[in-house]
Amino acid sequence: MTSLEVHHEARVIADRAPAVSLRGVSKRHGSGDAAVLALDGVSLTVEQGEFLCLVGASGCGKTTLLSLVAGLDQPTTGAIDVHGRTALMFQEAALLPWRSAVKNVELALKLRGVPRGERRERAMELLSLVHLADFADKAPHELSGGMRQRVALARALAQDADVLLMDEPFGALDAITRDILHDEIERVAAEQRLTVLFVTHNVREASRLGDRIVLLSSRPGRVVQELPVVVERPRRIESPEVSAIAAEVTAKLREEVRRHAH
Amino acid sequence: MRTDTSLDAVLDAELAGLDQLEVPVEQRPPLAVRLWSNLWPKLAAIGVVVLAWQVAAWSEWRPTYLLPPPADVARRLWDDLGTVDLWLAVAHTMWRAVVGFAVAIVIGGLIGLAVAASKRVRIAIGSLITGLQTMPSIAWFPLAILLFGLENSAITFVVVLGAAPSIANGLIGGVDSVPPLLRRVGRSMGASRVGLYRDFVVPAAMPSVVAGLKQGWAFAWRSLMAGELLVVIPGTQTIGTRLQFAREFSDAEGVIATMGVILVIGILVDSLVFSRLERRVLRTRGLGVA
Repeated sequence: MTSLEVHHEARVIADRAPAVSLRGVSKRHGSGDAAVLALDGVSLTVEQGEFLCLVGASGCGKTTLLSLVAGLDQPTTGAIDVHGRTALMFQEAALLPWRSAVKNVELALKLRGVPRGERRERAMELLSLVHLADFADKAPHELSGGMRQRVALARALAQDADVLLMDEPFGALDAITRDILHDEIERVAAEQRLTVLFVTHNVREASRLGDRIVLLSSRPGRVVQELPVVVERPRRIESPEVSAIAAEVTAKLREEVRRHAH
Repeated sequence: MRTDTSLDAVLDAELAGLDQLEVPVEQRPPLAVRLWSNLWPKLAAIGVVVLAWQVAAWSEWRPTYLLPPPADVARRLWDDLGTVDLWLAVAHTMWRAVVGFAVAIVIGGLIGLAVAASKRVRIAIGSLITGLQTMPSIAWFPLAILLFGLENSAITFVVVLGAAPSIANGLIGGVDSVPPLLRRVGRSMGASRVGLYRDFVVPAAMPSVVAGLKQGWAFAWRSLMAGELLVVIPGTQTIGTRLQFAREFSDAEGVIATMGVILVIGILVDSLVFSRLERRVLRTRGLGVA
């Protein structure tokens, strides 16, 4: 732990099943000699309402892990339990370019079985939540990268998810937009009582956002270390407390990368 | 609590500011300027062609009754436009075109979807479709006439064969080029297999589908003209029969005037239907220019 004075944020998570739990999960891509072991015996729990950041260098199987939790793929061995529904967000917003912002959100409602008459109103509520109500009728190509990610967030919320799975969602954004969206995702996650599993290779981002950081090794992905981020919110990415955590994680990460030197 | 609210307000202001900064400022020239800049290159091109034709006529490379000057043909076309016969012929030909093209959309669409969605169907007939596309449609007429006789159905048969492969290939190409991420999004949003095609794959494939429709129309129109020259049904006036009769009477003015009608219909259908559709599809996706 750092020598800086930090405050532990008490979270009441009594007698509740974890939102996500992985037990000894391995995933092998391909078969025979060409097979690649992406994840090796990963055990992990994410508590309800927790903001968990997964950090790792290239090849740590972060994306594979999210696909497994989202149920898009099956683990080779091990078990995954998810409490509630999941929604995925990607580095690209991946909005449907032929639908306006509000219609992108409406599609998620439609696929969830929300009756046609209620979709528009509900979609507008969600866009208001991410402060984009004024841009509801804009096409994705008329929006900036940060705005597209916020529409994608509204769309994820439209899936009525309990667990938000985010795959480097702010990786392609400029620094100031990313800073502001950190505040935004933090606020939305707290308001909506979401559990967030946030994958990033940006250590500062993880220290800024996470209640806890899980460090993954590369090729194959294994859990190397878990560390709580005991810094009071609201946080600033440039604050000494966040930087101290980031330095600690970076040191570990570099150690991991060095192991692959030979 | 108070600090929270003020922080919220700051975040709101920052988000709003960022959004305003990042929305592109749209600049569009006035309508008249756009229309004119769209029109004059076309007029100039037509002018060049008419001039070349006039020069050829003046040179008396062929006698005037075989190669009439533009003005004579224009007068003839103007006279023809005042007759019921021409409009009946156009109506009859267009009806054949629309029926043939509609059948081609259904058949080409179904075959295209089957090939795009199933690996086995693709292996079985994927390359056959491209083969059919390269086959000159006129080569089908001898068989069509044997199978259907000198009837409308012989022409429809060949029009469909001409257009359907392009339509199918447009759909197949479009589905193949749908970004994998989009399918992943669809699946993660819980779309069923049908829903995945209906809400994600087929709309994403639309630019290519429209290009296929456009090409299919061109093939249909060409096949139809060939068919109307070969399959002459007694008592039925069509654009093809007008062309044929004009040639038989060595009526060069009539031949060229009718060819003008064929060209204009082709251009009109393309610009009023397919190019407009294409622009719309591209514009909603933020693709293409103008």
